[in-house]
Amino acid sequence: MKTEAPSLHTLYLRRLRKREWFVRFMRIFVLLFVVTLWEVGARIGWFDPFIMSSPSRVIDTIARLYNEGSLLGHIGITLYETVMGFLLGTGIGVLIAIVLWWLPLVNRILDPYLVVLNALPKIALGPILIVWIGAGRASIIVMAVLISFVVTAVTVLAGFMETTDEKQLLMRTLGANKWQIFQKVVLPASVPNLISALKISVGMSWVGVIVGEYLVSQAGLGYLIVYGGQVFKLDLVMASIVVLCVLAALMYYAVALIEKRVRR
Amino acid sequence: MDSTLVSLDRVSLFYHTKQAETQALEELSFSVSEGEFIAIVGPSGCGKTTVLSLIMGLLTPTKGSVTTRDGRQKMGYMLQHDHLLDWRTVEKNVLLSLEVQHGINEQTKQKALALLDRYGLGGFRHSKPAELSGGMRQKVALIRTLATDPQLLLLDEPFSALDYQTRLRIADEVYSIIKQERKTAILVTHDISEAISMADRVLVFSQRPSKVKSEFVIEIDKAQSPLERRNDPRFFTYFHRIWEDLDA
Repeated sequence: MKTEAPSLHTLYLRRLRKREWFVRFMRIFVLLFVVTLWEVGARIGWFDPFIMSSPSRVIDTIARLYNEGSLLGHIGITLYETVMGFLLGTGIGVLIAIVLWWLPLVNRILDPYLVVLNALPKIALGPILIVWIGAGRASIIVMAVLISFVVTAVTVLAGFMETTDEKQLLMRTLGANKWQIFQKVVLPASVPNLISALKISVGMSWVGVIVGEYLVSQAGLGYLIVYGGQVFKLDLVMASIVVLCVLAALMYYAVALIEKRVRR
Repeated sequence: MDSTLVSLDRVSLFYHTKQAETQALEELSFSVSEGEFIAIVGPSGCGKTTVLSLIMGLLTPTKGSVTTRDGRQKMGYMLQHDHLLDWRTVEKNVLLSLEVQHGINEQTKQKALALLDRYGLGGFRHSKPAELSGGMRQKVALIRTLATDPQLLLLDEPFSALDYQTRLRIADEVYSIIKQERKTAILVTHDISEAISMADRVLVFSQRPSKVKSEFVIEIDKAQSPLERRNDPRFFTYFHRIWEDLDA
């Protein structure tokens, strides 16, 4: 009996590992399959590479942009705007959530406004931003902030509100004041929630920045995409999107890494 | 010094909801002396917990008065659920009460940690609450309450979330801790046996609006543990009398 049990368990573990490797393999396979199909399709004339572009043309375009020295510039500008939008949006969002948790009456009064603000497509405010702030980088960052802070505030506030009344009652019986309740119970209890808010906020900042660049900019990946579309250079559009994919993924994983740190 | 720690004098309490005004307590009076162990039993929803909140100062009476000899700093409250904070170690959970009251220094810290050692939880100092059983968690909650060295313990159905066996065992342990540390205690419970097995005096509350309907001085040997007290022949007499009072 004693010798049999571990061998069954080993089998189980082996099966588990096999499944894990299969998933990894298939992920890479899907990517390779799509890229190959795209390339082959373009070469043998299933579709027009002028409209669909192709992986080799995308790589050529990226290399050309890099050699011209403009690629890193565009990336830098977009990245800067996104990080700023993310940090400001998250900061403002968390701050608003704290204030609304602290003042339940204000929370009740402002609740419908928050709901409307959350439902409103912030892109609609683009023209106003351009008139008020100007057709520059500031408008783009403000757009990113607008898009990310509302979601952050709503998500984080919901997390704060989840902390049970009983835990707060316990803190009060221990003689805690409101700040101590917040600092020692509500905030640490909402860490998982804060992190998922960060993840959403990262994505929203990208949306804000790219939309902002569509509207006003003279540089950045969003600008390249719009420009490429206007002059019918689909290679440029596709190349910018690929770079964008990689950057967005990297930023998401950076947040995920922070999550791992915190959860430990 | 006066030996009365807490007294309630003709306390009435109303509370309001959208539907109606409810009277929870009517002209409720009783007092607790130093070193006493009081149990309060009563039909559910009769305002037993309300009484503890009043004593703790979380509520103010509509009429009447609640007098405490040494103020609220000298009280500890223990709830039905342990509410240990999952992200803190056992040690950090125990020190929470001191932290909150800014009373943390080497001396109070050592004293609190000594309590963990004394009651068999020393080995779990650095464990997270999730690694502990329900009974152990409730013991940690008690030690958290004891860390600020309160005189009076307010126990709000502290065992009712535990399974039956654990409940009996932990009641024994908690009782001996309270006696060893020479604390005064008010236990609110719906469990008549628990009340008789632990208390010196049992107060039976009436239906809402509550007042003290009857009072039983339990004359079973106090040196015995709650579990042993359950075997005393008088235990059943008390049980039936309290049961009848509750039922009527």
